[in-house]
Amino acid sequence: MTDGPAHSAGRARILGRVRRALADVPRYERPEDHPVPRDYLRAHGERTPAESVDLLAARLTDYRAVVHRTDPPGLPALLAELLRRRGAHRVVVPVGLPDGWLAEAAVEQVVDTAELTARALDAVDSVVTGCALAIAETGTLVLDAGPDQGRRRITLVPDHHLCVVRAPGQVVDSVPRALERLSPVRPLTWISGPSATSDIELDRVEGVHGPRTLEVVLVESPEPPS
Amino acid sequence: MSRTYLGMPAFPRAAAESTRDGTLRANLRHATHTIRAKRAAAVAELEDWERLRAAGAAVKDRTLHHLDHYLPLLEENVTRAGGTVHWAADADEANRIVTDLVRATGEREVVKVKSMVTQETGLNAALEEAGIRAYETDLAELIVQLGDDLPSHILVPAIHRGRREIRDVFRDRMADWGRPAPEGLTDRPADLAEAARLHLREKFLRCKVGISGANFMVAETGTLVVVESEGNGRMCLTLPETLISVVGIEKTVPTWRDLEIYLQLLPRSSTAERMNPYTSMWTGTTDEDGPRDFHLVLLDNGRTDTLADEVGRQALRCIRCSACLNVCPVYERAGGHAYGSPYPGPIGAILTPQLRGLASPLEESLPFASSLCGACYEVCPVAIDIPEVLVHLRERVVEGGPVTVGGNRTVIRPAKRHALERAAMRAAGWAFDHPAALRRAQRLAARTRRVHPRRLPGPGRAWSDTRELPEVPEESFRDWWARTRGERP
Repeated sequence: MTDGPAHSAGRARILGRVRRALADVPRYERPEDHPVPRDYLRAHGERTPAESVDLLAARLTDYRAVVHRTDPPGLPALLAELLRRRGAHRVVVPVGLPDGWLAEAAVEQVVDTAELTARALDAVDSVVTGCALAIAETGTLVLDAGPDQGRRRITLVPDHHLCVVRAPGQVVDSVPRALERLSPVRPLTWISGPSATSDIELDRVEGVHGPRTLEVVLVESPEPPS
Repeated sequence: MSRTYLGMPAFPRAAAESTRDGTLRANLRHATHTIRAKRAAAVAELEDWERLRAAGAAVKDRTLHHLDHYLPLLEENVTRAGGTVHWAADADEANRIVTDLVRATGEREVVKVKSMVTQETGLNAALEEAGIRAYETDLAELIVQLGDDLPSHILVPAIHRGRREIRDVFRDRMADWGRPAPEGLTDRPADLAEAARLHLREKFLRCKVGISGANFMVAETGTLVVVESEGNGRMCLTLPETLISVVGIEKTVPTWRDLEIYLQLLPRSSTAERMNPYTSMWTGTTDEDGPRDFHLVLLDNGRTDTLADEVGRQALRCIRCSACLNVCPVYERAGGHAYGSPYPGPIGAILTPQLRGLASPLEESLPFASSLCGACYEVCPVAIDIPEVLVHLRERVVEGGPVTVGGNRTVIRPAKRHALERAAMRAAGWAFDHPAALRRAQRLAARTRRVHPRRLPGPGRAWSDTRELPEVPEESFRDWWARTRGERP
């Protein structure tokens, strides 16, 4: 293997070259002494929580995600209806999908476990998950493999992804606000619209390897009085 | 077979050929003009773009100036999270490390995410020699691989191919590599994408080793980031049991928070989107989710030599967005292959000669593959002053001077082919210091203008082969000034 003496020789050689290349950097300079202006905006524009949710819906639609809006009591019926319309029979779900979300859906639920292979996933029709948060400005869903989202592969191999966003609680305005709330310790997947490519004449075409249909359900609860 | 860039001719010769290719020029013009307007609109949405750009440049500069601090920190955090870090001083070392790692798994095939750096090292050819088949899974890389072609653009390696050519490549070549193209395949982009989906799906489900690059590596957390569009990246990063990421050392950023800058700058500059469809971030390995083994191969391959040049090192800020290619008048006409490396366009013209050194007439010619119009600098999301580096490198080619090659400082001699330019520069310098001589020369030129040839004779021929000679005016500016203002010159 490549560890051992060869490994440390390569390491020492590269770090030695780096140090020689940086001979012009004063020895007393620490990394944080090199100035970084951070006067860029934390978010673009002022919005009420409701306006942020509207923007999220608009931006998701702009990149061809299909957006539906409902309130918590209406969620099970809406999910059942969307799966019925899609003609989905077998649906993969994460272990921690909240009780009741699929209570009204007439589908076979395949629970995500370590034994569920990619090939088995290739044979299911849809996947239903929650998310960690959503970014309004960019129309992005972020999944962090939490209990209501499952392993990364379950939202990748099936051709149809139904993702539930709890609004406005899970909606942030911008990329900087999203990173503040995310943990790098968890594997993260950022999703902005269905799989797409610009590889043919630099024109965007939806639908390559990931789910070709992305449906987002915004479940809106009134803001708790603060 | 994998084609390589070895033995490519110098830029002027390659460009003279490619500019005569009408299909290529039409494809490039169409694609680059489509993306230009879209990029401008995506950038205009962010009122703080210039501030993001300044921050993006500053964070990269901080990292580069303290790479000896950040690389060990990155290594420590990747290792702590369950990954294994390897160090490769050059392309051969990187290829050997990756080949050994694949061999250790017992597998004979791998799926690959599009990665500039493995193009740079020629990894596919090295794997092929070891009897390991590498499948490119990015749509454009697939087109290039099936067509036994070379990439010509950073973001869209098959940009030189129009939809009809892509259809033909798929129809004729897919069967050689696995599942054949569907019967009666049309040239509709959606049908072509569907054909790629079907062709590659079997490989994603089967392959146990994935190979990737990375867009960013966060030193303080050990996190790697890959941005993509199609989902092939997610497939390669999450389905295999072993993941090997080969990444240039300059891809490091210090903190998690720094990503907030680049995840705004990169998608808008690159595909002109508010956000690219998929971004994956992973830190080491995670139980039961994704690969069990994760290897990070940190690659130098000329980066530390580039770092040693105080003017040229800004090229290492590059986040490979390709905005500079899309606005470049030279790239639009010459195409990417003329640059003779995986890094074409303005960024390639400053990166290739620095990574490889001014090693051959190709590298020596690249700093001259520009009209210095400055459009590349204007669109660069990390404010690389490409014209400044081009001029700096031209001086190095023409005058010679100190460079670092393979970690050793050395002094190169002026390039032979540029002796004429050097002589001309010196003569110009002398003439401007001797105004009387300059005046006489200008008058002489004006009086003999009718007998000037269309081409320069002797050593000047090469220069005028690719250029129209300027017409000498009837009267020099000095004479005109003296006549119209009535003053003695």
